[in-house]
Amino acid sequence: MGGTAVEEKELAVPKRPRRVLDLAERQRRLAWILLLPTVAVVAAVALVPLGQTIYYSFTNERLGSLTPGEWVGLENYRFLVQDTTFRSAIWVTVKFTVITVVFEFILGLLIALVVNSNFPGRGPMRAAMLVPWAIPTVISAQMWKWMYHDVYGVINDLLVRLHIIDHNVAWFSQPSTSLFAIASVDIWKTTPFVALLLLAGLQVIPTDVYEAATVDGASKVQQFFRITLPLLRPAIVVTLIFRTLDALRVFDVFYVVFGTRLDTQTMAIYAQQNIVAFADVGYGSAISLGIFVIIGIFVVAYVTTLKVEQA
Amino acid sequence: MSGSKSRILSRIGFYILLAIIVVYLIFPFYWVIRSAIVPNSVQFTTPVVYWPDDPTWDNFRTVLTDRRFLRSLLNSAIVAGTVTLLSLAIGASSAYALGRFQFRGRTPVLYIVLAMTMFPAVSVLGGLFTLVNEFHMYNSLRALVYSYLIFTLPFTVWVLTSFFRQMPKDLEEAAYVDGATPFQTFWKVLLPLSAPGLVTTGLLAFIAAWNEFLYALSFLQTPEHYTITLAIFNFSPQTGGGFEIPWGPMMAATVVVTIPLIVLTLIFQRRIIQGLTAGAVKG
Repeated sequence: MGGTAVEEKELAVPKRPRRVLDLAERQRRLAWILLLPTVAVVAAVALVPLGQTIYYSFTNERLGSLTPGEWVGLENYRFLVQDTTFRSAIWVTVKFTVITVVFEFILGLLIALVVNSNFPGRGPMRAAMLVPWAIPTVISAQMWKWMYHDVYGVINDLLVRLHIIDHNVAWFSQPSTSLFAIASVDIWKTTPFVALLLLAGLQVIPTDVYEAATVDGASKVQQFFRITLPLLRPAIVVTLIFRTLDALRVFDVFYVVFGTRLDTQTMAIYAQQNIVAFADVGYGSAISLGIFVIIGIFVVAYVTTLKVEQA
Repeated sequence: MSGSKSRILSRIGFYILLAIIVVYLIFPFYWVIRSAIVPNSVQFTTPVVYWPDDPTWDNFRTVLTDRRFLRSLLNSAIVAGTVTLLSLAIGASSAYALGRFQFRGRTPVLYIVLAMTMFPAVSVLGGLFTLVNEFHMYNSLRALVYSYLIFTLPFTVWVLTSFFRQMPKDLEEAAYVDGATPFQTFWKVLLPLSAPGLVTTGLLAFIAAWNEFLYALSFLQTPEHYTITLAIFNFSPQTGGGFEIPWGPMMAATVVVTIPLIVLTLIFQRRIIQGLTAGAVKG
C-alpha cells in the first residue's frame, strides 16, 4: 500500500537524471512507512502504559473507586523506601538471582564444554537441551512441586534411600530450604539454555588456536583459562546480563510454588499483588518503577564492571 | 603406556559426566510420565514406586474429557496464534526497513527495540491493568492479545532484522536493476526468501505467548477464559478423591500441554538456536 503512494508521486517527476538519488530517497521514505505500524503498536502497548504507570505512581489511584486518584507527589515513594515488606522482597529476589545466575553459569559452562566435544548422540543431546527451556515455567514449577512433595515426593525418597537425609523434609515449606529448593527448579529449567548460548560461543572459536597452544606445550587447564575463557567473553557477558535481568523479575515459579506467602515474596509478586489483588494502582505502580530502577542499577553495574563495549 | 591409560580413564570420566547430565535433564520428564500413568493407589504410597507395574490411561481420560481443560487449550491456541500472526505481519515490514535500508534514525530505533525486548513485563502492569479495565477488556482474551504484543513484537522485529541483514545484497540490486520499487523488492523477492526466518521467529513468539503467566493471571478471572498456564496453576480437584491436589491428572495435563512444544522444538531446534543466538536472547 505504501509503495503505490510513493510510486504515484514519482510519476510526476522526470526520472532519468536522478535515478540513484531517487532510490535512496524512496528507501528512506518507505522505511518510515514500514516502521509506522510497529511504532504505533509499541506506543499503544508499551509507551502509553509506561507513561500511565509513571503518572499513577504519583497518585493514590485505586481501581474501582468512584473518585479518581489524586496527585500525592512523592508520597508513594516515601513509603516505598521505608516499606519493610518491599525490602524483604528485594532481598529474596537478589538472593535468588545470585544463586541461580552463579549455578546456571558454572553448570551451563560445564555442560557446554562437554557437549562441545565429539561423542555419539551429540545432535539429539543438543536438541533435548532446548526442551526444558520451551516448556512453560508454570509446568516445570508444578513438576518440581510434586517431586519435592514432603510425603510422596521422589526427591525425599531418593535422598532417604541414599542415606543423605534420615527423614523426609518439607523442602518448600521450611524457610531454611525454600530458597535453595526453588532456585533448583529454575536452575534445572534454565541451565541447558545457558549451555546452548555458551556452546554457540564455543563453536566459533577456531580449532587451530588450540592446536598451536598444544604444540607450544600448554596444558588443557592453561588452554581453558588463556584461550577459551577470553574468547568466550562476549557470549558470557550477554548470557550473564540476560540471565540476571530475567532472574530479577522472577514471578511465575515463586507464585506457583509459594503463592503469596510473605517470606518468599519476590519484587514482581509484591507489585502484582498491590496492583491486581489490592487494586492499589498508585502504590503498585511505584513498586513497579522501583523494580525498574533496581534492574537498571544491575545493568549499569554489569556494563561498567564487564566493560560490555569491549566484549 | 601410562599415556593411553590416562586417556582411557579421562574418556570414562567424560562419559560418566555425560550420563549424569543426561539423567539430570531427563529424569523430571520421566517422573511426569510415570506419575501420569500410575493409578492413585500407587501414586500415594510410600516408599515411592519407581517403575509402574500396572500403567493406566485413567488420568489422561480424566483430563481429556475435562471441558475446562480443553477450553483452556483452545484459549491458549487462539491467543498465541493471533499474537504470533500480528507480530509477524507488523514486525516483518519494519524489520525489512531496519535490516536493509540506510536512513537517519535507524540506530536509535534499533536500540529502542532492543531495550524493549528486555523490558520487565511487571513494570508496566499498573498502566496496562487500568487500560485493560477502561477499554472493557478485563477477563477477555483480547486483553492478552493486546498485552502480549509488548514482548512478542519487539522480539520479532529484532530477530527478523538480523535475518534480513544476513541476506546477500545482489538479490535486491538485481530487482532494482529490473526496475522494481523498494516495496516490490521486499514483497516479491525478500519476503519469500525470509520464510524460514519467519517460521523460526513465529515459533519463538508462539512459545512465549503460550507460556505466559503474569498477564494471564492479572487480566483473567473466570475459568472459561483461562489459558493453559492458568488452568495448570488452578488445577481443580474434580476427581481428586481425598487428596488436596490431583497430582496424577495434573501430570497427565502437563504431558498433553508439553508434547506439542517438545515436538515443535525438536523439529525446529537448529533454527531456534540460530534465531536465539542471532537475535540476542530472550529466555
